[in-house]
Amino acid sequence: MPLPLHCLIVRPRRLPDPRSRRLLHDAHALGLTRITSIVAADLYFIEGTLTAAEQLRLEAELLSDPVAQIAEWRGHQSSIISHQPGNRSTIIEVVLKPGVADPVAEQIVRAAKELGISGVTRAATGQRYVVRGKRLRKADLHALARGLLANGVIQHYALGSLTPHFPEAAAANARVETIALRELNDDELLALSRERRAALDLAEMQAIQRYFRAEGRDPTDVEFEMIAQTWSEHCVHKTFKAMIEIRDWRLSANLQSPISPINSLLRTYLKAATDKIAAPWVRSAFVDNAGIIEFDDEYEVSFKVETHNHPSAIEPFGGANTGVGGVIRDILGVSAKPIAATDVLCFGPQDIDPKSLPEGVLHPRRVRSGVVAGIEDYGNKIGLPTVNGAILYDPGYTANPLVFCGCVGLAPKGKHPRGPRPGDRILVLGGRTGRDGLRGATFSSMTMDAQTGEVAGASVQIGDPITEKGLIEVITRARDEGLYHAITDCGAGGLSSAVGEMASACGAEVDLSRVRLKYAGLAPWEIWLSEAQERMVLAAPPDSLDRLQALCALFDVELTDIGAFTATGRLTVRYGDTLVLDLANEFLHEGIPQRRLQAEIRDWRLASAQSSVFNLHSPPSTFNATLLALLAHPNIASKADVIRVYDHEVQGGTVVKPLTGAQNDGPSDACVLKPAGTKGMRGIVLSNGINPQYGKLDPYRMALSAVDEAIRNAVAVGADPERIALLDNFCWGDPNRPETLGALVEAARGCHDAALHYGAPFISGKDSLNNEYLGADGQRHAIPGTLLISAIGLIEDVGQAVTMDLKAAGDVMYLLGETRPEFGGSHFDIVRDAQPTDKRRHTQHAIRNTQHVPDLPPYAPRLYRALHAAMRAGLVRACHDLSEGGLAVAAAEMCIGGRLGMALTLATDDPITALFSESNGRLLVEVHPSDCAAFEQVLAGLPLARLGMVTGGDRLTLTTTTETLISLTTTELLTAWQSPISNL
Amino acid sequence: MPPRALILHATGTNRDHDVAHALELAGAQPEIVPLNALRERRASILRYQLLVIPGGFSYADALGAGRLLGLDLKTYFAEEVRAFIESGRPVLGICNGFQALVKSGFLPGLNALHNTPYATLTFNASGRFECRWVTLTPRSMKCLWTRNLREPLYCPVAHGEGNFTLANAALLADLHANDQIALIYANADGSPAGEQYPANPNGSIADIAGVCNPQGNVLGLMPHPENHILAHQHPRFTRGERGGLGLELFRNGVRYVKG
Repeated sequence: MPLPLHCLIVRPRRLPDPRSRRLLHDAHALGLTRITSIVAADLYFIEGTLTAAEQLRLEAELLSDPVAQIAEWRGHQSSIISHQPGNRSTIIEVVLKPGVADPVAEQIVRAAKELGISGVTRAATGQRYVVRGKRLRKADLHALARGLLANGVIQHYALGSLTPHFPEAAAANARVETIALRELNDDELLALSRERRAALDLAEMQAIQRYFRAEGRDPTDVEFEMIAQTWSEHCVHKTFKAMIEIRDWRLSANLQSPISPINSLLRTYLKAATDKIAAPWVRSAFVDNAGIIEFDDEYEVSFKVETHNHPSAIEPFGGANTGVGGVIRDILGVSAKPIAATDVLCFGPQDIDPKSLPEGVLHPRRVRSGVVAGIEDYGNKIGLPTVNGAILYDPGYTANPLVFCGCVGLAPKGKHPRGPRPGDRILVLGGRTGRDGLRGATFSSMTMDAQTGEVAGASVQIGDPITEKGLIEVITRARDEGLYHAITDCGAGGLSSAVGEMASACGAEVDLSRVRLKYAGLAPWEIWLSEAQERMVLAAPPDSLDRLQALCALFDVELTDIGAFTATGRLTVRYGDTLVLDLANEFLHEGIPQRRLQAEIRDWRLASAQSSVFNLHSPPSTFNATLLALLAHPNIASKADVIRVYDHEVQGGTVVKPLTGAQNDGPSDACVLKPAGTKGMRGIVLSNGINPQYGKLDPYRMALSAVDEAIRNAVAVGADPERIALLDNFCWGDPNRPETLGALVEAARGCHDAALHYGAPFISGKDSLNNEYLGADGQRHAIPGTLLISAIGLIEDVGQAVTMDLKAAGDVMYLLGETRPEFGGSHFDIVRDAQPTDKRRHTQHAIRNTQHVPDLPPYAPRLYRALHAAMRAGLVRACHDLSEGGLAVAAAEMCIGGRLGMALTLATDDPITALFSESNGRLLVEVHPSDCAAFEQVLAGLPLARLGMVTGGDRLTLTTTTETLISLTTTELLTAWQSPISNL
Repeated sequence: MPPRALILHATGTNRDHDVAHALELAGAQPEIVPLNALRERRASILRYQLLVIPGGFSYADALGAGRLLGLDLKTYFAEEVRAFIESGRPVLGICNGFQALVKSGFLPGLNALHNTPYATLTFNASGRFECRWVTLTPRSMKCLWTRNLREPLYCPVAHGEGNFTLANAALLADLHANDQIALIYANADGSPAGEQYPANPNGSIADIAGVCNPQGNVLGLMPHPENHILAHQHPRFTRGERGGLGLELFRNGVRYVKG
């Protein structure tokens, strides 16, 4: 006899409520304008035998908020909630697919018992939408459901009522397959790789074949899957370690031969820069899960930035959510307490026509709202301030959004143990293991296609920040008590990767039947490979088990002992009594053949359709319009709507906040943190540099510019330029295409040169390749090669931090650095192209055509050191870096920040360059008149121009000696700058 | 001997260290105690002089913010919490702690209405989580946490469910009559926000940011005074702005215990 299933419908008392209003707005944005109202309600499905009184208690004390909500059990007529007769409406209901984690449902079962209601056996949640409209067609409702209400990867929907499917209780599954690959020919090997979505090439498949021929047996599926994961691009970065042959089309034919191949981009460019700089304050670079620098005598600071692009493309909320969770575990993996999060996001244009999207691609609006909500959910709930980031839009990100998630950690020095010892127990802490995220590492190493969403549905992970919060509590205490010898996170590849890595210098024995599962029925390879979230693996001596167990109990964290480390040099895995994996460490970790790849480098500017042709003598009104258009461009405009949904104050350490100034709404250049618990006034500075527009034309200079921008931003708020470390994140297309790889080689070379220029070492990095989407139309949709540089610096005294908002009328404004006509990839170009009238006017007077992407100024390191000295001496009242949109945008933002005016005179006969060029190495600085002499002395010998004053009015005026170029009020500037968010 | 303050830590609590820092600066001796330790009777609330339920996302806000922690307060600790409150000792619920105190019925604590829910903190009128600084004007002369505050407090809110809502208008009159409205959202000059966004960030009725019980010893508030206890936490300290420290509220509570 099946147990009865009750369903409670809960909706807000006051309509329209905010959630319903937003849904309607989003539906209209998707073109579904015939819909006139959507009312959202929550569904709670309760399985079990309940008395009427128990139902009433569940309704009033657990499932609804009687003051603000109306609740009604399905099947009870007299309904206020179900649609009234005569009013045409349709119901759409949405429930989770079986096997998708439903943490609220778990809480319902637990809390019902706490209420003394013992009959509840299972629960599930869902949503119900009552949709009304004029002449609504079925197709509209399906478009609404698919486009907005339900994600087919994790949810079912129906027009009408739905009941959830509870996963059937399955028996334990000990099935292990043997994969006969010893006798396969090359074609068959490649077919096998494709079939199992292994993303291995022929040389790699042959290496596996050779190993098993020598072993005299075929591999099990557990072994094959583990090798595929361990050798995936995601885990071993084989492109960055490959031997790359270069063909440089910029050189004439007879110069082709002497270019020697590059043996590992990672070693040649990134690690090499760090080695040459040899900064004594770098405590760990490219070795641990995160880079580590010294903070003070007591503490060290770790920093890591990861990407979670492919999962976010398919399920934006879950993808971004687990992206944050994943990078937090990287920080826990160096025994540090997470203290801040950063997020850089790249999306397709928000107003793209839904009909123009490739099949299987979510609308960029939906991707954006899902990703932002996913970050908000994880970061806020785990108690991490999200303090720095960027949001960029480009058509190239439509099918492949980029989600960079960063985390900063703080740990006492020398407390992170790194070596498991034979005899140590292998402990899994945190969440249980399910089918979530299977083959994520290989999935992220492949090009997506229209089917990816379906096939990789299992790869979608759902986060549980509260479980991970428990891990933070336990691990920081266990570290202080010295309870473990090694620790690592479960990321891509799951236990196979975590245990495999930890045991690579010794050996290990694991029994998979001990792993705690979310539900029965997982085959051994699935347990070993599962990427279920919120798990950490510890190597702990047997005598610390009791204490660890007690800590775990205190914070509701599960601990499971799954085996032991050995000294055998082999990894052996059993499922109960059956041996399912037996591999030599040497083969697993050193057996992968080095990839040989071809790269072609060319002058990409020649291929670009863009040309920077413009008028030297545009009438002044055009400059006003251009500045307002730049301020309103979504890449430059205020991000306050996103910044404010992230908690950036928790932990109490946020000194320079993401929004700053007189009305707390100006855009900060960087974040300053004073970590709680540290002594003195020393702080951490976080910033970033990214500009994919530059990379389209000149990937080498894109890298130079990104490094300069990250450092410039950090220095602008007061970071010591001698104490800045960098992280690289490359998101690129398919590296097997020589031209794509050529651009990557150039960007890596740029990283090297810029790091040396500034003496800023790389301490960690990550690459995400194959960010391409093969549309059902057969077209490739690739992202623009994108490099994110994240900087972490120190500031000696957070009380001396400088913000970008103008402080007082009468102060003097200086421009630091040299301005050159560098318009390649500039936002001036983008905005001009978007304004047909302007364009026509500009091209009529074609004066010059320049596609130079900004170069690295030779004087910049000296300039930044001098500026820092001036800040230490208290001579700088405000400072803002010049980036997208150049001087005009920077000046406008300073006016917005301080709600003050500014009058600058530009000594130039080239106003467009003076106003809008994006030359690197420049900052605008506000100095009190009485400090000017001292300031000029500190900056002596460096490019410095006194341009004008802060004014008491509210007008920004930029003039040459003969004419007014720009004259706008702060209100006009602010309105334009905030227009994209007020339109949301 | 500084008074001992118990900071209750449930799964998902995340401003426990922030409030510990504030209490320490205010002269108390804070101790973060996991809820499980209390459940196993390894610690008792009654051995402390102050009780603080800090911000966070207990139980991930499942079924509504504060709902499940409120259930814990009602089921596991009802007697102890009631005894603590009745003894007149200071209790403070911040953000998620406020939500839990309201959803468990300890706040606003109108005795006649004990078993019927009549107040709640529901979704912000904006429909989203908001992190922004707000000005709070102290109102209650009865609340031991706010009664000596001479100037408005300035501190951040960071919540998605902070919209204080009452079942009917008569209840608002009761709260006024009992002097239970401890803190209201205000404009920069200290005048009431007039239910206008963003000075009132969540749409709370009558700009209510914090309420106390009729006895005045239990305060719940949505904003985070514990995140403004140092001058450099002020968002405009680089503009030379000072004052509005949330620390004053904690000093009040500690001073009360010290007598």
